[in-house]
Amino acid sequence: MSASFPSDSVGVVTPQIATFESPLALACGKTLERFELVYETYGTLNAERSNAVLICHALSGHHHAAGYHTADERKPGWWDAYIGPGKVIDTDRFFVISLNNLGGCHGSTGPASLNPQTGHQWGPTFPVMTVADWVHSQARLADQLGIERFAAVVGGSLGGMQAMQWTIAYPERVANVAVIAATPRLSAQNIAFNEVARQAIRSDPDFHDGWYADHEAIPKLGLKLARMIGHITYLSEHSMGSRFGRDLRSDQLNFGYDVEFQVESYLRHQGDTFSTRFDANTYLLMTKALDYFDPAGQHGGDLAAALAPVACPYLVVSFTTDWRFAPARSRELVRALLRAGKSVSYINVDSPHGHDAFLLPNEQYEAVFGSYMRRIHADITGETA
Amino acid sequence: MRADLELIYDWIPEHARILDLGCGDGTLLAALARHKNVTGYGLEIDPDGIAACLGQGVNVLEQNLDDGLGNFVDDACDLVIMTQALQVLRRPDAMLDEMLRVAPECIIAFPNFAYWKHRLHLTFRGRMPVSRSLPHAWYDTPNIHLSTFQDFAQLCRDKGVTIVDEAVGSADHEGHWTSRWWPNLFGETAIFRVRRGR
Repeated sequence: MSASFPSDSVGVVTPQIATFESPLALACGKTLERFELVYETYGTLNAERSNAVLICHALSGHHHAAGYHTADERKPGWWDAYIGPGKVIDTDRFFVISLNNLGGCHGSTGPASLNPQTGHQWGPTFPVMTVADWVHSQARLADQLGIERFAAVVGGSLGGMQAMQWTIAYPERVANVAVIAATPRLSAQNIAFNEVARQAIRSDPDFHDGWYADHEAIPKLGLKLARMIGHITYLSEHSMGSRFGRDLRSDQLNFGYDVEFQVESYLRHQGDTFSTRFDANTYLLMTKALDYFDPAGQHGGDLAAALAPVACPYLVVSFTTDWRFAPARSRELVRALLRAGKSVSYINVDSPHGHDAFLLPNEQYEAVFGSYMRRIHADITGETA
Repeated sequence: MRADLELIYDWIPEHARILDLGCGDGTLLAALARHKNVTGYGLEIDPDGIAACLGQGVNVLEQNLDDGLGNFVDDACDLVIMTQALQVLRRPDAMLDEMLRVAPECIIAFPNFAYWKHRLHLTFRGRMPVSRSLPHAWYDTPNIHLSTFQDFAQLCRDKGVTIVDEAVGSADHEGHWTSRWWPNLFGETAIFRVRRGR
């Protein structure tokens, strides 16, 4: 490990690839004959294999949740603030697994992979994935790593939906679950934002109905717009206001349509960066997985009935200024868990940062989440927290 | 454990499903879970209290009691406990209804404003009482609905709620729990165990 990393960093990590040769039946009716998942692990699995924590990622996330890929990398993994030695998800205590979901664009089998049946890229023909499909594939990964039961499954946003799904599909394999800044289903407004993002991508002339790779093109404009609209929903009005206000890039108004306000510059930069590092077909697929998630749907809208199999205590966390998946959505989940007679704890963390708050340092969030994780570890070791 | 909590602890049967309103750091729920196989939830708004509950494995929900208990169905549990919170509620009477909706029985502990020291304070100093159980000044106190042992008993009679048990005591940690003589005068803390209906 390079001495330049902070002492509470997991340091340099190397992604690994797990290959699965037996078919995976998907919710859409199709089957993946074989697939690969790229993942990272932090910390050490104990002899009883009882200290594993699964991290589920959000819409644009991936397996690289903590540490650095190279000694001179500047930016750590996406949840480095919460995963590391002595951190909330303490890698001195837990064996942490973080993977890139199927359909992703960071190394797991996805639209950019070769379809073994055609010998050509899957492209837009890659099956539309659901949260349930992901959880089944994650269970396969757990099998391969010899983990029968996770000490905790943890996820924020779309990751929280996967965590939820774990407790429904594999209740006996989850000892604890933390569902953070998530929702038991998307609202019409959420779906509407996703649809605008999808339309932005699909109407880009470089999209070529999803076969852009064949045309050696990238639908950059579409991806950029999709990211810009998405990004607005991740921030709160307050966080945008305090960060950019109405600040101008130059001293005066230009009476034109180039970038003038700082917020425009920021959004364009976010969009540009994203458009070169994220795959358009993956983005479409991930937003669909979000839209489709609705465990209550199969139970006539009764979420408590959907949660009947749950066998572990829930920690549900929301953030006061999150309007993408507002606190009311988390309370819906809590109410259903109560109605189903399940163990649940809930906190609405005070933060000005909107939906993004789940990724950012926050004293109250760290105290509560940390306390929960320490109790989980105490349960494993039989000590008092 | 705080003296009033110790008494309440003894009143709670094994395997009860309980709801503790204003559960603080979860001491009572944790002790009940460990020694009496009690299950349930605590409601709390203080983040430090919530973190402490989670550290002990106590189910805790961040919830403002003034918003009611709408997320709990009728008869969700066996017993609702509320200690040192009645006096800070906007509508203590509505909360009593809510508590007896989600459980057939509840236990309520609150500072007795008619405690002799409070009376002396008011009578001889002519000022609002400040004491161990009421430590705040009149202008910054969270206690907006102070009542007496007899006031609460009257509320129960008015609502047709049965008082199963009542006790008073000092809020002292050693907790000397006095007999039933003149509870309204000698009880610093009032504790009622009430049941739905007559």
